[in-house]
Amino acid sequence: MVKIKFIEHSGQEHDVETNPGASVMIAAVSNSVPGIDADCGGACSCATCHVYVDQEWLVKTGEINPTEEAMLSLSTDRKDNSRLSCQIQVTEDLDGLVVTMPEFQF
Amino acid sequence: MTDASADQSKWSMVGKDPWTMPIEKIDLSHPGIWQANEFLPFMERLRLEDPVHYCAESAVGPYWSITKYKDIMQVDTSPEIFSSEPTIGIVDTYDEYTLPSFISMDPPKHDEQRRIAQPVVAPANLKRLEHLIRQRVCNILDELPLETEFDWVKEVSIELTTQMLATLFDFPFESRHKLTFWSDAATAIPGAGVVSSNEERWAAMEECLQVFTCLWNERVNAEPGNDLVSMLAHGEATQNMPPMEYLGNIILLIVGGNDTTRNSISGGVLALNENPAEYDKLRADRSIIPNMVSEIIRWQTPLAYMRRTALVDTELGGKQIKAGDKVVMWYASGNRDSEVIDRADEFLIDRDKARQHLSFGFGLHRCMGNRLAEMQLRILWEEIMQRFDMVEVVGQPERVYSSFVKGYTHLPVRLHGLN
Ligand code: HEM
Ligand code: FES
Repeated sequence: MVKIKFIEHSGQEHDVETNPGASVMIAAVSNSVPGIDADCGGACSCATCHVYVDQEWLVKTGEINPTEEAMLSLSTDRKDNSRLSCQIQVTEDLDGLVVTMPEFQF
Repeated sequence: MTDASADQSKWSMVGKDPWTMPIEKIDLSHPGIWQANEFLPFMERLRLEDPVHYCAESAVGPYWSITKYKDIMQVDTSPEIFSSEPTIGIVDTYDEYTLPSFISMDPPKHDEQRRIAQPVVAPANLKRLEHLIRQRVCNILDELPLETEFDWVKEVSIELTTQMLATLFDFPFESRHKLTFWSDAATAIPGAGVVSSNEERWAAMEECLQVFTCLWNERVNAEPGNDLVSMLAHGEATQNMPPMEYLGNIILLIVGGNDTTRNSISGGVLALNENPAEYDKLRADRSIIPNMVSEIIRWQTPLAYMRRTALVDTELGGKQIKAGDKVVMWYASGNRDSEVIDRADEFLIDRDKARQHLSFGFGLHRCMGNRLAEMQLRILWEEIMQRFDMVEVVGQPERVYSSFVKGYTHLPVRLHGLN
């Protein structure tokens, strides 16, 4: 099992455990973590699964592909460590991952 | 009657049997079946038998119909194959009077322009407007008569949408009906009622620009406010916008938020009346409202389709689509695709994954006003439930003659107060 910590904009923390293979978005939604809408169900086409990845995890969460970059670039809350959580694959390497949610999904 | 409209009537499919007519003759683009509310079985047959369907002859020329959720998603997320240029309506516009707006642009131009306009309807800004919008909703609802028949479309849906536009722009309240007129004029086909010629349409646009330029000048010299004009006038990225771009953005915001929200307001009332068990669920638990709002927007699908144009030869669902072909994504059909949406033909206000509908589109052009639309509907239903036990539909609804704008021209209702 892989542990992931989701921190809401308000500071409220949610610790979830999940199996490798699915996405970080699925880990959040299937554990009822609020603040991830995932309107497109993981198709990288809505940007309502936006998270900020803690700096130390950025390399391990992998590259941003051009489609994800295009969606992210339209977000008003884009930061350097922005990711769409449906595009981060959960692997054993991500055990302990910490991500923060923006105030709003748009 | 003009030649064109006489010609069109021969294309109507009203009264035809969707299951036995030759499948290649099915033409979803003709407005008749939409106004008559007969479109559902035609779409169902296409989903089952020919999900990527070629209509070789129609009043608007040949086009492809995409009817399954997953195929629609694929088209919507492939802008490099399926372009939004020259237009997202099924009819080609060769019109020098068309305003440039990013809904019918491809990247990178689309992205640049959208980035400029987007912050004005971002959730952070909407939060500041919520209080004022709620006040105006309350004012309208408080004026409505109890136990008397009236037209919900006119008295509530149109009035509310117009007032909300005025609120967003902080537009002079007494002249707010101009906003609705400009919206109608911007999308009007000359000769079909609103304006008689392209010159007249353009005159309306020039008037719109003039009025909004005055508002700009007034606000650029005042303290920054929460309205959209002030935000554009003070925004770093927008304060030097050329006039036509300013007008294009204003018109896109007015048009985008007008019919769509209006018809979701009417459609929700109708859906709850046709599904009394759902109305009961709502009465029992108002915390369902945000979820219900998404379900209303799925059920209504205020824009039945968006059109793309193939840039290259490509394959979809085993069919060969040629460069230059018109490709129509029928959101109204994908929203009823039971392969992706559980019990898709049922209106369920507490359904799981209610947000996963196609009504706002997906990909780079995904509706920019979606949070605004949801907020308006949420506030409206919160305030309706504070006041009325039921908004009862007491006669036949009348529908818009259009295969694009899916909505109502008339919805007779009677209000029952809380006991
Ligand atoms: C329930 C209400 C609404 C529905 C169903 C709806 C539907 C849509 C759809 C399907 C698109 C996608 C266009 C495409 O893919 O070509 C779109 C785009 C857009 N909508 Fe909405 N809309 C609604 C409300 C609003 C509101 C209130 C606004 C006003 C602020 C708005 C502004 C826009 C804009 C500016 C675009 C263009 C986005 C782009 O091309 O990047 N919409 N809308
Ligand atoms: S769920 Fe839509 S982009 Fe991630």
